[in-house]
Order: sequence, then C-alpha cells, then structure tokens
Amino acid sequence: MAPKVTIYTTPTCPWCQKTKRFLQENQVAYEEKDVASDHDARHEMVRKSQQMGVPVIDIDGEVVIGFNEPILREKLLALK
Amino acid sequence: MTAAVYAARKKLSAILVAYELGGQVNENLRVENYMGYQFVEGPELMEKFETQLKQYPIEVKLGMKVNDIRRIEGGLEAVTDSGLTYRAKAVLFATGKRSRELSVPGEERLRGRGVTYCSVCDGPVFSGEKVAIIGGGNSALAAVQDMLRLSPQIYLVSLTPLTADPILIENASAAPNLTILTEHRTEEVLGKEQVEAILVRDLKSGEEKRLEVKGVLVEIGLLPNSAPVAGLLKLNAQGEVPVNKSCETGVPGLFAAGDVTDVPEKQIVVACGEGAKAALQAHRYLQRLKE
Repeated sequence: MAPKVTIYTTPTCPWCQKTKRFLQENQVAYEEKDVASDHDARHEMVRKSQQMGVPVIDIDGEVVIGFNEPILREKLLALK
Repeated sequence: MTAAVYAARKKLSAILVAYELGGQVNENLRVENYMGYQFVEGPELMEKFETQLKQYPIEVKLGMKVNDIRRIEGGLEAVTDSGLTYRAKAVLFATGKRSRELSVPGEERLRGRGVTYCSVCDGPVFSGEKVAIIGGGNSALAAVQDMLRLSPQIYLVSLTPLTADPILIENASAAPNLTILTEHRTEEVLGKEQVEAILVRDLKSGEEKRLEVKGVLVEIGLLPNSAPVAGLLKLNAQGEVPVNKSCETGVPGLFAAGDVTDVPEKQIVVACGEGAKAALQAHRYLQRLKE
C-alpha cells in the first residue's frame, strides 16, 4: 500500500523544491502544506517535528527533517 | 560536480562523496553572473549540473559527511561520519563553506526552533512574526528585503556599520517595519522551547537591550569546511586550504578546489573552473604515478 506522505514547505525554500522533485521523479504521491501562509500547518509541523525548519516530510507518521535523499529513499522503498 | 564530470571524461575510476549536491548555490535564488544565463535560480542551476553529472558512469554517494582524510600507503583514505572508509590514489577536496554561527548562549539549543542559517528556506515560516536578522553584509540585507513584506517588525543587528552594497541599504532603510542596530553585539538567544527574544548590547553605550522576536536569521558570513584536512596540512589564517596554481595542496595526491581553498573570489564560475583544473591535474598526477 502506498505511503501517506505530507511535506511542509515554504515557497522560497530550495530544499523543499528538491524534495518535491525527488518525490515526483519516484512517483510518490504527496500532500504539500505551505507553512508560510497556513498557520495551522505551521503549528502542525512544529508539533510533529519539534522544530521550525523546512522541509519536513511525514511518511506514514515517521518524520524526516530536511532533504536527505538516502534517508528518503530508504524510508519510501521500505513502505512500497 | 564539475570535477567529477572532468574525472569521468578522463575515464578515471572515481567516486563522489558528499552530504548533498549543490552546496551554497542551492541557497542563492538570484544568480545573474553565471555565463550562459541572464538569470537563473541557484537550485535550478544545480539541478542542471546534477543532470549532466548523471550522464557519466561515476558513482555518487550522498548523505555522507567526510570527517577525516588521512595518508595511507599508496594514497589517501577518507573516513565518513558513518564509519565508511574510501581509499584512493588521489583525493580532490571541494567541500565549500558553511554558515558562520554566532557562538552565543541559547543559539545551539534553539537551532531549528527559531534560529536559522537559511533565510531563504525558513524566513517565510516567520511570516507575521517579529524577527531579528543578524549581519550587515549583502546576505543580511537580502534577507531583510525578503522579510520586509512578511514581518511586522525586523531588527537588523550588525556588529559593525553595514557593509552591504549601498543600493541594498538604501532600498531597505526607508521601510517603516525595519529597525537597524549597527555596532550592536548579539549576546544571547532566549526562549524555553522556541525563540522568544534576543539580548543585544550597544557597543557604544554599553546598554543591553532585549528584542522580542520569534525568529533569528543568522547571516554573518561563511567558514571553510576544512576540518577533514586540518591534520594533513597548514590552513591559512581564514581556515582555508592553500593551493598552488595546479590545485595541489602539498600533500601528495591531495588536490583542492573551490571556496574551501585560498583562491580569491568566491564565485560559482571560479569554483567550477578550479574543479575542472583540479580534476585534470589529478589525472596528470595519476599518469605520472604509472611511469
């Protein structure tokens, strides 16, 4: 079953762009939440990750902070 | 990446070890002086570099931080933070620079909880909040420009008079939501779970001031990532790796290129040129070893 992926981003964050590109290239569906404009999403991100940096990637409840390709690849492949 | 492409084109057996690809360029959204582009965003440029790199049969190991490089019989070895070791007859060291930290109480504890070194990434997270931007150069003023439309109050705190380009200072100075505090030293970052305020000291009067902010965007310059080779050679006063015009470091088989070296003018095009040169020189070195 495909993992539920949520990413918390800001419009100007280059690492967020790399994360989205990575997910798209690997055909991983995701929901994006813009924490710059969506205050509820911002609080949600801080609650989940205990910090305020972006991107934050929630993969079925497991939180990855920042773009780290090897870690994302490992966690997404494990769930496929 | 440029060095890797040149190494691959010389059919060298090479491996590229990095935490991520792109480095400082990824955090520059306005590149206007890389030839062939009138204007390009840094991440887009690095994506093109990466696409070109992937055309070549060169192994790329990401998510790795090299902590130490040592001399071994016949060459050098690079030891990563995960304990993996890579051995080679030659090593090309091009680790660039990282953000300088304030080194004040509270900074490390609140890193990611209001303290950020990537204004471009995290600045918008503080939209609607008061922030402090620490620094007085172009990076700090660029962060000010980006935050002026997002933040109700920005404190620009600089240890010295502003050193940024006059046009950047002029564009920002009239903003009603900007307070410029030059010759002020940041002394502490305060907050329990997240940043709540910073303490700064007026260096002229000695007065300590508490600034109520939710975000601290640190833009005070860069430091070379030279620690892995510090045990092999003598760094210069700025912590950079000295190289000659052939990118040689003086340690047999160890070449260096880019912003981590003492080559002046830290520009993308200069770093690329040095990377290409270093790879070509490494190739010549390896050929001489065979003779």
